[in-house]
Amino acid sequence: MIPVENVPPAGDGGFWNDTGKTGITAWIFSTDHKRIGLLYFYSVLTFFLIAVVLGVLLRIELMAPGRTIMGPQTYNAVFTVHGVVMVFLFIIPGFQGSFGNLVMPIQIGARDVAFPRLNLFSWWLYIAGAAVIITSLFTGGGPPDTGWTFYVPFSERTGTNVSLAVFGVFIVGFSSIVTGLNFVTTIHRLRAEGMTWGRLPLFVWSLYATAWVQILATPILGITLALIIAERFLGTGLFDPARGGDPLMYQHLFWIYSHPAVYIMILPGMGVISEIIPAFARKPIFGYKMIAFSSLAIAAAGSLVWGHHMFTSGMSDTAILVFSFLTFVVAIPSAIKVFNWVSTLYRGSISLEAPMLFALAFILLFSIGGLTGLILGAAATDIHVHDTQFVVGHFHYVIFGGAVFAFFGAMHYWLPKFYGRRYAEKPAVVAWVLMFVGFNITYFTMMVLGMKGMPRRYYDYLPEFAPLNLVSTIGSWILVSGLILMLVNLFRGLFKGEPIDRNPWGAATLEWTIPTPPPTENFEEEPVVTHGPYDFKGAGIP
Amino acid sequence: MSGPLHKDYAGAKLGMWLFLFTELLLFGGLFLLYAAYLARYPREFGTAGGQMHLGFGTLNTVILITSSLLVAMAVTAIQRNARRMVLWLLGGTVLCAAVFLFNKYLEWSDEIGKGIYPNSPKLVAAPPGESVFFSLYYLTVGLHGLHVLIGGTLLTLVAVRVQRGTIHAGDYVLLENGALYWHLVDLVWIFIFPLYYLIL
Ligand code: HEM
Ligand SMILES: [Cu+2]
Repeated sequence: MIPVENVPPAGDGGFWNDTGKTGITAWIFSTDHKRIGLLYFYSVLTFFLIAVVLGVLLRIELMAPGRTIMGPQTYNAVFTVHGVVMVFLFIIPGFQGSFGNLVMPIQIGARDVAFPRLNLFSWWLYIAGAAVIITSLFTGGGPPDTGWTFYVPFSERTGTNVSLAVFGVFIVGFSSIVTGLNFVTTIHRLRAEGMTWGRLPLFVWSLYATAWVQILATPILGITLALIIAERFLGTGLFDPARGGDPLMYQHLFWIYSHPAVYIMILPGMGVISEIIPAFARKPIFGYKMIAFSSLAIAAAGSLVWGHHMFTSGMSDTAILVFSFLTFVVAIPSAIKVFNWVSTLYRGSISLEAPMLFALAFILLFSIGGLTGLILGAAATDIHVHDTQFVVGHFHYVIFGGAVFAFFGAMHYWLPKFYGRRYAEKPAVVAWVLMFVGFNITYFTMMVLGMKGMPRRYYDYLPEFAPLNLVSTIGSWILVSGLILMLVNLFRGLFKGEPIDRNPWGAATLEWTIPTPPPTENFEEEPVVTHGPYDFKGAGIP
Repeated sequence: MSGPLHKDYAGAKLGMWLFLFTELLLFGGLFLLYAAYLARYPREFGTAGGQMHLGFGTLNTVILITSSLLVAMAVTAIQRNARRMVLWLLGGTVLCAAVFLFNKYLEWSDEIGKGIYPNSPKLVAAPPGESVFFSLYYLTVGLHGLHVLIGGTLLTLVAVRVQRGTIHAGDYVLLENGALYWHLVDLVWIFIFPLYYLIL
C-alpha cells in the first residue's frame, strides 16, 4: 500500500473547505455536485429512519391479534405514511440524489453535472415536496389513509388530507424529472476524453437507464396525481362509474408510472453491485456489455408490464395473458445480471469486507424477491396471493433486501472516500449479520403468512396467524438493532476513524485516482481515460 | 463553486428537448384517457363534441400558428443581431398568447353560462359519457392554457434579456429554448383542436 499522504481532520480537506461561504449556506446554496450529494444523502437518510420507526410500529401492532398499540384508523395512516415516505422520499430520490450526485460526475471524468444550478434546484424541490407531505400529516383531515397507491374511489372520498399529500408527491416527482434530465445530459455531454460508452462504469450505465425512466414515466404520475386533486376539488368524475368514469383507468395510469418506478428504485442498486463485485473479487466484471445492455432492456421492457398489478381488478383475459407474458420477459435481463455477477465471483480472489457482504446479500435477497415476483406475475397464482402479506414480503425483498442493501453497500464503499476516514470492519460485519438474519426472519415469515391467507393492510388477524406474526415482529427488532449498529459504526468511523488513502479498495474506476477527499474541481487536470473501468492491470493495481 | 462553466450549447438544448418530452407525456396521460373513453362512448362524445364552438377553436388555432411563426422568426433575427426586430417579434408572440387566453375566457364563460362545466347539474343529469367528455375538455384545455401562460411569461423574460443585451447573436440559447417551449405549446394545441373540435 502507498503511505497515507496527508491526513486531514474529518470534514476537512478537498471540497470540504472551499468557498467563501460558511455555515449552512455553504451547503444549501452550493452547486458542487458533492455537496448536493451529501445534502441529498442526509435528507433521504432522515426520511428513511422516520419511516423505519413507522414500519416497526406496524410490526408491533401486528405482534398479537386485536388492538396492540393502535386502532384501525391509525394503522391505516401509519402504513400509508410508511409507504409514501419510503417510496417517494427515500428510495426514488435516494440513489440518484446521493450516490449519483457524489460519484457519477467523477466516474465519467467531469468537474460537475451539466446543469449545476438545476441540480441544486432539484434538491430544493425535493425538500419543498417533503415539507408539503409533512404538512399534510398534521393539517386538514389528518394523515392520508389510502395506502401509498392512492387508489380511487377511496382516495376521492376519504376525509383525510389526501389532496395535500398528493400535491407534495407531485412536487417531488418534478424534482425527480429534473435530476433525470440533468443526468442524461451530463452523461452524453461531459464524459472525459477517452471515456467511451464502452468504458463507462456500470454504475453510470445504470444511472443512465434510470434517468430515462425518470424522464419518461414520472410525467404520467404527475398527471395522475393532478387528476386526483381535480376529482376531489372540481368533481370531474373521470373515475366515477356513476358519471361514466372508470376506476380502472386510474389504476392503469398509476401503474404506468409505478411499475417503471420500481426500476428507478432497483437499477442504481444493481449498478452499485456491479462496482463492488469486481473491486472485491479483483477481477474484471464478467459480461460488461450484457450488464450494461440489460439495464437498458429492463428500463424499456419494464414500461410494458404495469398490468400485472391489476390481474384481480377486472381486466380482459387477453390483457392478463399479455401482461403476464411480458412480466416473465422482464425477468430475463435481471437474471442476466445475476448470472454475470456470480460468474465474476467465480475464481476471483474474493475479500469479504463489508461492501462485498452487502453485495452478496443483495444477490441472494434480490433473487428471492425476483422469483417470488414471478409467482405474482403468473395470473393463476397471483389470484390467490394478491393483496396478502405475501406481496408485502415480496416487495420488501426487492426494495429493502435489494435496493436498500445496495444503498448500505454504497455507504460503506463510497462514503469513506468523501470523508477521508473509514469505519471499523468488525462491527460492520456484525451489523450486517444482524440485518441479514433479522431481515429474513421478518419478511420470509410475512410471505408464509400471506401464503396462508393473511391479507395486507389489516391491523388485526385471525388467531391462527398469531405465532408467525410474533416471529416476524421479533425479526424486525433484530433487523433494526443491526441497522442502529451499522449507522453508529459507520458515522463514528467517518468522523473519527482511521484515515484512508486514495484507493482503499484497490478499484479501477476514476473516483479512486483522485485525492481523498476529492478536491472541489475533482481533477487537478482533465483526465484522459486509457482503460476500461474494471481493467485492474491497465490501472496498475496489483 | 466551480465558477461559470463554459457554455455547452448542445447540452443546453438536449436538456430542453428532454424536458419537452416530459411535457408531452404529461398531456399524454390525458390523451390516453380521451382515447379509452372515446372507444367506450363514441355516441356521447359525438353529441358532446357537437356543442363545441368551432369558431373559437379555429381562431385560436390560427393565432397559435402565427405566434409560432413569429417566435421562429425571432430566432433567425437574433442570429443577425437585429435586436429591435427580435423585440417586435417576441412582443407579437406574447400578444398572440394574450389574445388566445382572452378568447379562451370568452369561450369558457359562454359554456359555463350554458351550464356546461365539471359537476354542473346539467352534466350530472346528462348521459355518462358527455360528462366525461367535458371534464376531459376542461382539464386538457385548462392545462394547455396554463402552459400558454407559462410560455408567455417565459418569452417576456427572454425579451427583457434581449433588451438588456444579455441575449445576443453570440449567445442566444435561452431564446432558442424559449422558442422551443412555445412550439411545444403550439404542438399540443394542434392535437387538442381536432380531437375536441373537429372529428366528433
Ligand atoms: C425495518 C424496516 C421495515 C419494516 C419493519 C417494515 C414493515 C412494514 C409492514 C409491516 C408493512 C405492511 C403493512 C400492512 O400491509 O399491513 C409495510 C408496508 C410497506 N413498506 Fe415497509 N417496512 C420496512 C422497511 C421498508 C422499506 C425500506 C421500504 C422501501 C424502501 C418499505 C416500503 C413499504 C411499502 C411501499 C409498503 C406498502 C404500504 C401500503 O400498503 O400502502 N418498507 N412495511
Ligand atoms: Cu409491477
